[in-house]
Amino acid sequence: MAKRIDVSGLTAYYGSHKAIEDISMTVEPRSVTAFIGPSGCGKSTFLRTLNRMHEVTPGGRVEGKVLLDDEDLYGHGVDPVSVRREVGMVFQRPNPFPTMSIFDNVAAGLRLNGNYKKNELSDIVEKSLRGANLWNEVKDRLNKPGSGLSGGQQQRLCIARAIAVEPNVLLMDEPCSALDPISTLAIEDLIGELKERFTIVIVTHNMQQAARVSDRTAFFNLAAVGQPGKLVEIDDTERIFSNPSVQATEDYISGRFG
Amino acid sequence: MSHAVVTDKRPSSLRGAQLPKWSPWAIAAGSLAVAVGIGLAAGLHSRIQWGLIAALLFIAGTFGIAARVEGKRQAKDRVATSLVWVAFLIAVVPLVSLIWVTVQRGMKVLDGYFLTHSMGLVADSEPGGGIYHAILGSLEQVGLATVIAAPIGVLTAIYLVEYGRGNLARAVTFFVDVMTGIPSIVAGLFILSLMLIFDMQPFGFAGSLALAILMMPVVVRSTEEMLKLVPNELREASLALGVPKWRTILKVVLPTSIGGITTGIMLAVARIAGETAPVLLLVWGNPFINANPFEGAQASLPLYIYQQYANSAGSGAAYDRAWAASLTLIAFVMILNLLARGIARWKAPKTGR
Repeated sequence: MAKRIDVSGLTAYYGSHKAIEDISMTVEPRSVTAFIGPSGCGKSTFLRTLNRMHEVTPGGRVEGKVLLDDEDLYGHGVDPVSVRREVGMVFQRPNPFPTMSIFDNVAAGLRLNGNYKKNELSDIVEKSLRGANLWNEVKDRLNKPGSGLSGGQQQRLCIARAIAVEPNVLLMDEPCSALDPISTLAIEDLIGELKERFTIVIVTHNMQQAARVSDRTAFFNLAAVGQPGKLVEIDDTERIFSNPSVQATEDYISGRFG
Repeated sequence: MSHAVVTDKRPSSLRGAQLPKWSPWAIAAGSLAVAVGIGLAAGLHSRIQWGLIAALLFIAGTFGIAARVEGKRQAKDRVATSLVWVAFLIAVVPLVSLIWVTVQRGMKVLDGYFLTHSMGLVADSEPGGGIYHAILGSLEQVGLATVIAAPIGVLTAIYLVEYGRGNLARAVTFFVDVMTGIPSIVAGLFILSLMLIFDMQPFGFAGSLALAILMMPVVVRSTEEMLKLVPNELREASLALGVPKWRTILKVVLPTSIGGITTGIMLAVARIAGETAPVLLLVWGNPFINANPFEGAQASLPLYIYQQYANSAGSGAAYDRAWAASLTLIAFVMILNLLARGIARWKAPKTGR
């Protein structure tokens, strides 16, 4: 299921403001790629260009190419809705639908897309919840509202919701920044399991987390406030954290920046 | 009236002398008593004057006593609190007295007979008769107006919040704001001019159209606010699942805000239920039962109240009927409000575990 992402010459704007400039990288299938970098350097913006969520923001537009197994996401006639079915997303703050039960939250993607078989639905929900390591905690209260769960459980519910539609790529925008260390550990373990099936891209401010979960790490930086963010380098995580080829990366990782 | 608890002076820098908990009540009772005394002595007849004197005494007394016992800063604090209380009472007193008078006078003739009979064969100056025709007319006119205005209003709000960008949205917002301020008589005249162009006689639906014009901006405004309260994260979560925008709005945004939207619509209904001017121009009023809103003059509750007063020629029976109809109208609006609250609570996003 997992697909490769090839980005070339990608520039994204908010209105007339250039947020990221000329980014090219390859994200390997069945691996975890982490984006690190200071706030405002465009990591999240770049992540959102990978499933065309960037253009949901008023004034958001993109130049360049994003190939998902040789198919350009920004090509002529590509429907952003079908792109988002291929490339799922988990957000910084857990955002289960407040009007829906736990079951309905997981089933939401299938139900709202309208392409599912009724008798398969509960199987898919169970499979997704098991996949998100949440099944044992919620199997007795599937009909209770999802907003009654703890923050970490809600985030895993959101992951279950995202993988229920069987995407090829899973994007995670700081999925643990609102969670305590134990919930973070649960999610990190989960990421390790999910990479067997999906291509995973994760934005994080926590460099230990990037070192723990990712196979490859990309470092983003910006020259100055107001300047567009750029990709400094992308390499194997081990190399980035031990012997990066760019001085700025080393400065950032070791805490000496500026 | 001075009931300062005199403790030893300044035992510590954190503890000072304090008035007892009951002191505001005592000051209030004291100032009320003094105000009644002043009122009687000065021969003031109006109870309102007594009340205002009492309010002023209360604030001045609070400040004086608190300043002596507790010190300046605490005195200012207490004055602020008492000002809030006085303002609250001034706001509540007219409301309570209005409901009290309406209930008192309205109960006189309000009974099953009154609610189920029309004024058909009863002259305005005679006792008897009822408001069945007016209730029927009100329900039909307001109901039709709601059927027209609520969907248009909600859809307009959805456009403004979810789709609207640029000049068209700005123009729509501007016109909605202007429409909110339209006097009801102008809406009535607008429909009346159409009626005259097509040479039509007064009928209930014409009133509904004018009421719908008045209702629409209120619905748009309240729905807009409710939709803006839906967190953007929910929209993004849905879009990121590959759900098309229209389904996101229908299945995620609207269900999340449906409680507030319903409340807004109910309040808008309550607002137009009391409109008299356009109904007077367009529906005309009719002492007989006319269940067809598309043909012939109809009655309506606010119009009935006005006409009973205007045409009563000083007859007590007509006044009683007008009060009873007022009570019915207030009850109608109150029931709508309760319904709205019930729906809002029932549909509110659940947080239980």
